[in-house]
Amino acid sequence: MTTAPPAKLKRAVGQGAPLGPAAVLLLVFLFGPILWSVYAAFTNASLSGAGAAASHFVGLANFKKAFAADGFYNSVVLTLVFTLISAIIGQNALGLMLALWMRKSLRFVRALGGAVVIGAWVLPEVVAGYLWYAFLAKDGSLNHVLSGLGLGTQDWLFSLPIVAVSIANIWRGTAFSMLVYSAALSDIPLEIEEAAQVDGASGWRRLVSITLPMIRRSIMTNLMLITLQTLSVFGLIFTMTRGGPGTKSQTLPLYMYEQAFSFGNLGYGTAIAIMLLLVGAVFSLIYLRALDVDTR
Amino acid sequence: MTATNAGQTAQTARVSPTRPRPRTHTTHVRGRLAALILANVGVLAVAAIFVIPLLWVLLASVNRTAGLTVSLPDHWTLDNFRAVLTPETTYRPMLNGVILCGGAALLTIICATLAGYALSRFKTRYKRPFLLTILFSTGLPITAIMVPVYGLFVQLNLIDTISGTMLFMAATGLPFAIWLMKNFMDSVPVTLEEAAWTDGASRMKTLWYVILPLVWPGISVVAIFTFVGMWGNFFVPFVLLLSPDKLPASVSIYTFFSQYGQVAYGQLAAYSLLYSGPVVILFLFLSRKLGGAFAFGGAVKG
Repeated sequence: MTTAPPAKLKRAVGQGAPLGPAAVLLLVFLFGPILWSVYAAFTNASLSGAGAAASHFVGLANFKKAFAADGFYNSVVLTLVFTLISAIIGQNALGLMLALWMRKSLRFVRALGGAVVIGAWVLPEVVAGYLWYAFLAKDGSLNHVLSGLGLGTQDWLFSLPIVAVSIANIWRGTAFSMLVYSAALSDIPLEIEEAAQVDGASGWRRLVSITLPMIRRSIMTNLMLITLQTLSVFGLIFTMTRGGPGTKSQTLPLYMYEQAFSFGNLGYGTAIAIMLLLVGAVFSLIYLRALDVDTR
Repeated sequence: MTATNAGQTAQTARVSPTRPRPRTHTTHVRGRLAALILANVGVLAVAAIFVIPLLWVLLASVNRTAGLTVSLPDHWTLDNFRAVLTPETTYRPMLNGVILCGGAALLTIICATLAGYALSRFKTRYKRPFLLTILFSTGLPITAIMVPVYGLFVQLNLIDTISGTMLFMAATGLPFAIWLMKNFMDSVPVTLEEAAWTDGASRMKTLWYVILPLVWPGISVVAIFTFVGMWGNFFVPFVLLLSPDKLPASVSIYTFFSQYGQVAYGQLAAYSLLYSGPVVILFLFLSRKLGGAFAFGGAVKG
């Protein structure tokens, strides 16, 4: 750099300058906190008491505490269940099914279905939380329908809280997968499927042997993205159950929130944050590989 | 896009019966018909299930005795709206939301336009690492960094300030905005700028006078998506803002309706509608203007 001629240096600076404002914002507010968390996770920083005035280095104590805590394991398992039911199975499969069906459906059916599903996606998450609270509550619509059919009713938010929030998250997130798959399917020439159809391939066979392999990159990308989104869900669960009853729907973000802000253990909460970030980073790296983006 | 798909479907439906395959002809047509019926019924069924929670908010908002069940109002009324349309419940949180999210979205767009231009046009050594970092950060769970961000904000004395929260929100919106903006600018042929350069225009001048007018639709898409995302964000302002008079609508809806034991469901529904209104309108505008949702699907599919 020092040996570069002034003109070349000037050009390099001039070309880098438009990146400046974005780089500063990202460094200070995105990577700053991440670096700070790497430090804070090894301290006893807290909102009140001794750790608030002067936190000090405690080594791996926060991580040891996490791996010994039942609450931590509980939230890890619930996060896995939540991600599996709502993202990998629910949103992904329903989104793909809708995208496939919409290719063949009448124009007004497609417009209507798209409007409702995308409407659910556009609504703010707190509103979605309240809507599903109303739907699943003890005197909510679902129980009304069930008792009308002569079936037993129960307080779904109390008996099956993690399933309840998962279903709400399917409702909220399916549009994303649907849009991704609609875009992917629109790139497949219809002639290919027709040719297979003429050759006598059944609908299921065509889906498994032709359509799915052709959009497999989109499937990979979509799975990565919705997993990452689902790992971050907070407002939806918080408005529906607050992680309860007890800790029965307390996923990792809610556990982290409770530890850091309700109990004031900032250092411990940061250690949880780091672990969540690491999981996110791994998925994000796989996503980058899958994208195989041309950045040259 | 939808129009062309419909056209293709209609075309294939017309063509297929004339294919010279007499033996499989009837089963072929029957199978196709069954598939068509299944597809339409399937989409309608999903739509019907999806619409029930939405119906509740619409009907409860105009029902004087609204409960939690979807039911036609026994007393139609606008009282629920009247009750929540007060400065402290609606107007101030909405204004806070507009200032917070509008400011953050504007900042995101300005930074993303500049960065997107550089990444699209210049061949510098910063480009590849920068772009990979950007893509990597689009995947990071922002929820996870809220605890460290809180710690950082306390140390920087930015906690409970709208400007600090705005800067953080702008930063979280940046990676995706830069990525979209770069792709939009890649689609503008560089020959247009070369003409301007030979006339002696600077880089920034060509960006302003040549590129921006061409990518304007793209910028408005990114702006609306960024704003809608921020308007709906609950966790970030919930953690970083503390004073009730600074809270945006996303948080005040929660604090307002969770502090009373007995919730007035009609008012909750009315407020939900008022709070969701701006994003629904912006989204309708977007999809009408650009087939936005589908263009978005194309942008992320990879």
